[in-house]
Amino acid sequence: MTVAAMQRPPKVARQSAAQGVRLALSGDWTLIASQRLEEEGRRIVEEARLDRTIAIDLSQVSQLDTAGAWLINRARHDLARRDVAVTLEHVRPEYSTLLDETRYRDFAAPSRPRFNVFFVLLADFGESIVDALREFYRGVGFLGEFVSSMIYVAANPRRFRLTSLVAQIELVGFRSVPIIVLINILVGGIVAQQGIFQLLKFGASSYTVSLIGILVLRELGVLLTSIMIAGRSGSAITAELGSMKMREEVDALLVMGLSPFEVLIAPRVLGLVISLPILTFVADMAALFGGMLVAWWYGGISPAAFASLLKEAIALHTFLVGIIKAPFMALVIGLIASMDGLATQGSAESLGRQVTSSVVKSIFMVIVMDGVFAVFFAAIDY
Amino acid sequence: MTNASAHANDAAQPRPNRDVIISVRDLVVGFGDKTIVKGLNLDVYRGEVLGVVGGSGQGKSVLTRTILGLTPKRSGSVQVFGQNRDMLPPLERRALEQRWGVLFQNGALFSGLTVKQNIQMPMRETRDLSERLMDELALLKLELVGLNPDAADKFPSELSGGMVKRAALARALALDPELVFLDEPTSGLDPISAAEFDALIGTLQQTLGLTVFMVTHDLDSLYSICDRVAALAEGRVIAAGPLETLLASDHPWLKAYFHGVRGGRLTAARVEQKDEQWKPAPTTP
Repeated sequence: MTVAAMQRPPKVARQSAAQGVRLALSGDWTLIASQRLEEEGRRIVEEARLDRTIAIDLSQVSQLDTAGAWLINRARHDLARRDVAVTLEHVRPEYSTLLDETRYRDFAAPSRPRFNVFFVLLADFGESIVDALREFYRGVGFLGEFVSSMIYVAANPRRFRLTSLVAQIELVGFRSVPIIVLINILVGGIVAQQGIFQLLKFGASSYTVSLIGILVLRELGVLLTSIMIAGRSGSAITAELGSMKMREEVDALLVMGLSPFEVLIAPRVLGLVISLPILTFVADMAALFGGMLVAWWYGGISPAAFASLLKEAIALHTFLVGIIKAPFMALVIGLIASMDGLATQGSAESLGRQVTSSVVKSIFMVIVMDGVFAVFFAAIDY
Repeated sequence: MTNASAHANDAAQPRPNRDVIISVRDLVVGFGDKTIVKGLNLDVYRGEVLGVVGGSGQGKSVLTRTILGLTPKRSGSVQVFGQNRDMLPPLERRALEQRWGVLFQNGALFSGLTVKQNIQMPMRETRDLSERLMDELALLKLELVGLNPDAADKFPSELSGGMVKRAALARALALDPELVFLDEPTSGLDPISAAEFDALIGTLQQTLGLTVFMVTHDLDSLYSICDRVAALAEGRVIAAGPLETLLASDHPWLKAYFHGVRGGRLTAARVEQKDEQWKPAPTTP
C-alpha cells in the first residue's frame, strides 16, 4: 500500500435501481480524509432522509477504519430516528467486525452545572485568600519541622550529612560567584554614575562615595544576592525535590525510616545559610569595586580619594547590617523552595507551577523581610 | 550456536507470499564503546503479532527505539512499510510516523492533559475534525480499550497502572495505525488485568487488522496472542518463528527461558492445549 493508494477520497453516490434506492459508498473511509470524511458521513443522512428504505452498499469501500465505521453507524442511527429503514450490503467480513465494535452509542457529555461568571470570580478570589493563609500556616509548620530536625541533628551529630552539605555549598555558593560578581560590579557602577551625574548639580559629587558605600553595604548587596540566589538555587531546589516527589523517591526515604528533612532539606537550607553571607560579602566588594571604577573614570575621583572618603562614610555596623540579613534571607529562600518542591503533584505541569511559585514567593518574601529589617534597624538606631 | 545462526538466517529470508511491514537488515547500534545490537536481521509480516523476547540488556528496547528512529544506528538498514525512514523527506517521514502507534512501557501519557485530550492529541494535530467527532472518537477508543467514559476527564496521575496502560493504548490507536509497537504492555499488571490486556490486544488486532510488534517478558502473552516470537541474545536474533519452533530449540538461553523454573511450569501446562487455537476471552458488555 503506497501513499498514493491511500488517497482515494470517500464518496457517496445515490443510485436508483429496480429494488429501490441505494447509496453506493466508495473510496477510503479513513481518518486521513479528515473533514471530507465527516462531510460524506453527513451526506449519507442528507441523501437518504426522505426515503422509506435505503440500502447502503459497501462493496466499493477500499478501506475502513474506526472513524469511518463510526460515521456510517452514526448515519444509520440518525436515519433510524427519522424512520428510514437502513440495510447494509456487501459488507466484507473484516468490516463487519469493525462495524459491530463501533456500533452507535450516545456519548452525550454529562452536562456540567453552569455558574454565573460573577460568582466564579468571587469564589476564585476567596479561594486565593484562603489558599494564601493556608500556605502561611503550612510554612510555619514547615519551619517548626525544620527547626526540630535541626535540634535532632545537633543532638546526634553523626547523623549529619557533611558531604551533602559541602556539595550544596559548592553548588549554591561557589558556582554562583561569577554571576554575582558580574551583576554587582555593574550595579555598583550604575549607582556611581547616577550619583555623580545627579549630585553634580549641587556640587556635591564627592558624596557619591557615601551613597555607594551605604546603599551597597546596607541594602543592595544583600538584596541582589538574595534575589539572584532565589532565582538560581531556589528554583533548582524546588525542581529537584519536585521530581524526586513525582518519582516516589521521597516516599522511598520515608519508608526507610529516614526523614526528608534530615536527608534532603537540612543540607540544602544549611548550604544556603552558610553560602549567602559569604556571597553577600563578595557582592559588596564587587559593587564597591564597580563604583570605584566608575567614580574614577567618570567622576575623576581617584581610588585613593575614594578609599578615604569611603572610610569616613561607613562604619563596621553599615557592613554588618547587610551581612546579618543574609542568613535570614537564605532560610526563607531555602524553606520556600523545599516546601514548594515537596508540594509537587503528579504532573509535569504541576512541577513547572511549583518552581514558578517558589521563585516568585521567595523574591517577594526577601523584599518583605528587607523592609522589616529596615524598620527594625531604624527602631534600634543601628 | 550453529543452530542459532541458522535460525537467524531463516528470519532474514523474506517469505514470498507475505507482505513484509518491517524489515531490519544488519543493524548495528551502540553507545560509546559499547555495541548493543550487533548485526541484527528481523522481518515483521503484515497482520501478525510478533513477540520479541530476550534477557535484560540484550537490546530489545534499543531495537524498538531504533526502528522508531529514537536511537541513532551505526550501520544497517531499517525499512518500515517498505520505506527507509532516514531517506525520506520530512513531510513523508511524518506521514509514515502517523501510520504507527506506540505504547511506551510506562504509558508516557502527557501528564498535563486529561485522558481525552491525550487521545485527541494526534487527531487534533494532524487531522481537521470537528470537536464533536473528536469527542466521539476519543470515547469510542476508550470503550474499545475497556475504560469507562468517566476516565475521559481524569488526569494520568489519577489513574491506576492498568488504566494508564489502557489509556496509552487508546492514544496509540487514535489514528487507526496499521502497525502498533507495544513495549512490555502487561508488565506491572496483575494476572487478571494482564490476561484481559492480552485478550484486548488480540481483539483489536483482529478488528482493526493491526500488525503488532510486542516486546514482552510475559510468557502468557507469548502463548496466548503471539503468532511468531523472535528471541534476542547477544545483540542478534537467535531464533524467530512460531513458538513451537522456539520451544524445540536447544539454544541454552531459550532452554533456560522456556524450560526454566517459571517457563517450564507454564510450558508443561500449555502442552496439553497446544493445538487449541487462541480465542478472545469473552468480554463483558
